[in-house]
Amino acid sequence: MAEKNFTVTSESGIHARPATALVNKAGQYSSDVTLDYNGKSVNLKSIMGVMSLGIQQNSEITIKAEGSDADEAIAGLTEVMENEGLGK
Amino acid sequence: MSNQLTGIGASAGIAIAKAFVLENPALEIEQTSISDAGAEIERFEASVHRAKEELEVIKNHANEQLGEDKAAIFAAHLLVLSDPELLNAVKDKVNNEKVNAESAMSDVSNMFISMFENMDNEYMKERAADIRDVSKRVLAHLLGVTFTSPGAITDEVIVLAEDLTPSDTAQLNKQFVKGFATDIGGRTSHSAIMARSMEIPAVVGTKTITSEDVEGKIVIIDGIDGNVIVDPSDEEIAQYTKKKEHFEAKKQEWAKLVNEPTTTKDEKHVELAANIGTPEDVKGVLENGGEGVGLYRTEFLYMGRNELPSEEEQFNAYKEVLEKMDGKPVVIRTLDIGGDKELPYLNLPKEMNPFLGFRAIRLCLEETEIFRTQLRALLRASVFGNLKVMFPMIATVGEFREAKEMLLSVKEELIGEGTQVSEDIEIGMMVEIPATAAMADVFAKEVDFFSVGTNDLIQYTMAADRMNQKVSYLYQPYNPAILRLVKMVIDAAHKEGKWAGMCGEMAGDQIAIPILLGLGLDEFSMSATSILPARSQMTKLSKEEISSHIDHILSLATNEEVIAYVQEHFATEEL
Repeated sequence: MAEKNFTVTSESGIHARPATALVNKAGQYSSDVTLDYNGKSVNLKSIMGVMSLGIQQNSEITIKAEGSDADEAIAGLTEVMENEGLGK
Repeated sequence: MSNQLTGIGASAGIAIAKAFVLENPALEIEQTSISDAGAEIERFEASVHRAKEELEVIKNHANEQLGEDKAAIFAAHLLVLSDPELLNAVKDKVNNEKVNAESAMSDVSNMFISMFENMDNEYMKERAADIRDVSKRVLAHLLGVTFTSPGAITDEVIVLAEDLTPSDTAQLNKQFVKGFATDIGGRTSHSAIMARSMEIPAVVGTKTITSEDVEGKIVIIDGIDGNVIVDPSDEEIAQYTKKKEHFEAKKQEWAKLVNEPTTTKDEKHVELAANIGTPEDVKGVLENGGEGVGLYRTEFLYMGRNELPSEEEQFNAYKEVLEKMDGKPVVIRTLDIGGDKELPYLNLPKEMNPFLGFRAIRLCLEETEIFRTQLRALLRASVFGNLKVMFPMIATVGEFREAKEMLLSVKEELIGEGTQVSEDIEIGMMVEIPATAAMADVFAKEVDFFSVGTNDLIQYTMAADRMNQKVSYLYQPYNPAILRLVKMVIDAAHKEGKWAGMCGEMAGDQIAIPILLGLGLDEFSMSATSILPARSQMTKLSKEEISSHIDHILSLATNEEVIAYVQEHFATEEL
């Protein structure tokens, strides 16, 4: 299992557009990928799951991956977080 | 046999094409038991697949037409249809409860919809509408109901609909949609405003166009006179083709005036400005040669959402308009909410007479936090262009003083914080209430300008609700009663060396323009697309000559007499 913490820096949090990018990316891996925020854990391959968290600026989130390509998944998603200006 | 319907011309021009009825069917979901869950799931997957194909088409259109930014929403819609949480929940329900796919899909999506609706973030709440849209698409396929999406149109057509929502209009592809007609709506309804900014002919408020037998028939839209002709004869097609060519030739002629100043036959200059609702509208203003923005309706910033816009959000919108207008005057009207424009999140009590009630400046002077936030945003933006601030619905001198005082105190507060504020901001007011017209000489000593809001001034002067069809005959812009009030306002302004403008449909009206010019109006603010016809008309009018007719016009008895007099004596621009 691999995981990584992020602080959301984007002013509008994780709204539809970057969420779309994250979910699309997560769908490329066979690992189970989850997003943890505020005690809740959702499937990062689910757009509605991600959106339902209503993640705002300055939120602390954790992305976890479990499966054969877990490390690649975390690396790929980190790239999206950074490219979309979402967080670090 | 052709069939003619009359509505309201919402966007000038003629279009002739095949009818395309945009249906918005009600979906009746019935729960039934099924025996073969596997087959039911297959049926569900097929429907999802078809919905995705449709969305791909819409997304590609939106990409080409509106840019990647606006298309992004459809990428999100597509992801909803790949969402494992949604798909698996539906399949589990079908498997475990042996219910039909429609009811399973409807239950699951309703659960998600209510989850989003109950979030306390305004942006997320709006996403409920996206899920509703997407699930409706799948449900329509499951039920075998035809569900048409304006973005999927790939033939040249005239769209006919009960009404068009903002998302419908955003999907209209100008290349294929030659015009549209709706059952409901008026000149200022959303669909009408969109039609003018897209520059496609439109007729709204036909009441019954979607109930006519139109499918597959040719339809003519005459957005100039507000007519729709279903199944026209060859003669009618020839006649309207001619009218269309004539209108387009006129448009070419007007286009030459884009960069010209507005000058009358006797070399007098007046300012032709535009009314806008959002920063995006500025593009149309500049393309149509607007010399300024005479009315920026800020209430659009507050509408269609669940919380007040922040100071920062407002600042960015005002700054964008000021910068894009590049030093040309921009009159921004402070929040004019209440009356027919409600904000659910303010929780205002229902009123018996909303037009005579707690609205506009009355509300702002009470809800001072809302007002101060807007004033801060306005003043901070003032350094980016030529800002003029205008207060709506002023009835008394006391109200104007109070509003102005609040503006000045906010200004001091900002300067105290080290924020730059322009020193040359004119502060003016709308004249919509007959009481202010009567007192215009007194107001003129305290304001920097007046702008006559004709829609409200007419309804308050005639005591006739403009939404009430039964008394709509009293909406008489040329009634000498109205013209006399307008004269009082203009004369009072000029006596104190101030300027007087008009925002409202009347300022761009071919019959009203000669009279207003003769009365000495300084600024005419109208729909952007009315500017060039007005400029062309101005070149044919002599201000001095008309002013010698004014006394006679004001002594006429009726609205109709005024119209006849203008048509007989002055040039109007044939549309």
